[in-house]
Amino acid sequence: MRLLGRGVGCVRGGRDVFSGLDFEVRAGEALAVTGRNGSGKTSLLRLIAGLLTPAGGSIALEGGEDELTLAEQAHYLGHRDALKPALSVLENLAFWRDFLGGETADAGTDLAQDLAQNLAQSLASVGLDHATDLPAAFLSAGQRRRLSIARLVAVRRPIWLLDEPSTALDTAGQRLFSALMQSHLAAGGIIIAATHGPLGIEARELRIGDAAIQSDPAVRRLS
Amino acid sequence: MTALTALIKRDIRIALRVGGGALIGVLFFLTVVVLMPFAVGPDLALLARLGPAILWLGALLASLLTLDRLFMADHEDGSLDLVVMSRTPLELACAAKALAHWLAAGLPLIIATPVLGLLLNLDMAATSAVALTLLAGTPALTFTGMIGAALAVTLHRGGLLLAVLVLPLSIPVLIFGVAASQAAISEPVTFGAPFSILCALSLASFVIGPFAAAASLRQGLD
Repeated sequence: MRLLGRGVGCVRGGRDVFSGLDFEVRAGEALAVTGRNGSGKTSLLRLIAGLLTPAGGSIALEGGEDELTLAEQAHYLGHRDALKPALSVLENLAFWRDFLGGETADAGTDLAQDLAQNLAQSLASVGLDHATDLPAAFLSAGQRRRLSIARLVAVRRPIWLLDEPSTALDTAGQRLFSALMQSHLAAGGIIIAATHGPLGIEARELRIGDAAIQSDPAVRRLS
Repeated sequence: MTALTALIKRDIRIALRVGGGALIGVLFFLTVVVLMPFAVGPDLALLARLGPAILWLGALLASLLTLDRLFMADHEDGSLDLVVMSRTPLELACAAKALAHWLAAGLPLIIATPVLGLLLNLDMAATSAVALTLLAGTPALTFTGMIGAALAVTLHRGGLLLAVLVLPLSIPVLIFGVAASQAAISEPVTFGAPFSILCALSLASFVIGPFAAAASLRQGLD
């Protein structure tokens, strides 16, 4: 499986954000998208997620599931965490698991137990298992981020699109998340993360914005 | 299907919790209808004649009141992005959201109608006629209103724009809803004709609403 971008261009509000961007990520690889503020890191992730239409070029996934689009095989972890303050931690996660994963079972069956266990494990993996019944409105910024990350664990998707994933996480949370990303890569997943700081995993760098596209050796090697 | 049930359940749950929109609509409906006799005066015959129109207007405004949050809340917290990306067709997701909104905010209006009918001096037959027309007509209000709610997300403007966009679309529903209710009260006109048209409006909105809303949301992503 590999994710290919060829000559990708993005126009926002009539302004060229970037153009002619080439990148390639293979299964088990991570790509760190860097660049100054406003250089189009988030836009690139949203282009890949199908939430924006590219002004030029193409983005394609080779070797994925044929019947699904690229967006349907991807997780998008954006700035906004898609949590409902009125629902509890568990209800928030259970909703996304049901909505994205599409698997539920009648209470009492083995599958139902598996699913409940899956939720508990996902919450435990991000260190939120003590707060399952707490309404999301009372979570701190870091806890909200952890709960969003639990979504990536609860529903399996081969591609993770992460926008500043370590924002608001404490050092323990960052280590936890690095381990999760590591195991996702080990399982043959793809990670594309927009970031300013270190990700905590081995990643190639794609610098966008300015003239950096031409001058950066990392990007030349990709194209 | 699981995904849609999950979406409907979540939306209803949020609407029924503290700060959700379900009760606001009913309270507004109640306020409008309770104030009306004070404004019109103690003429019982006049009240009974105006009754269906007042109930319909109240229900229309009450359903408008809560509609603007239909997509806006999901847009603001990023849920809408994930819904758009998901394997569930956006049209079906829109229909599910509208259905949940109707169940949480539209159905209580119909349940409240018999009580409010008493305040307007409507007899049993008239009240049930109004409740029946509301049952047939309010889905049309929700499903056409959804188009306005989706456009409001696209254009980054809330409430007022929604009212401007949706009110013209809901005029036919209002006309035939009130006509059918009046027909049930005063004999010469038949109940069947306007009521059938009302049902037709609802059915048409089931088809057009989700597609128009989904198209608008796709256009408006940024």
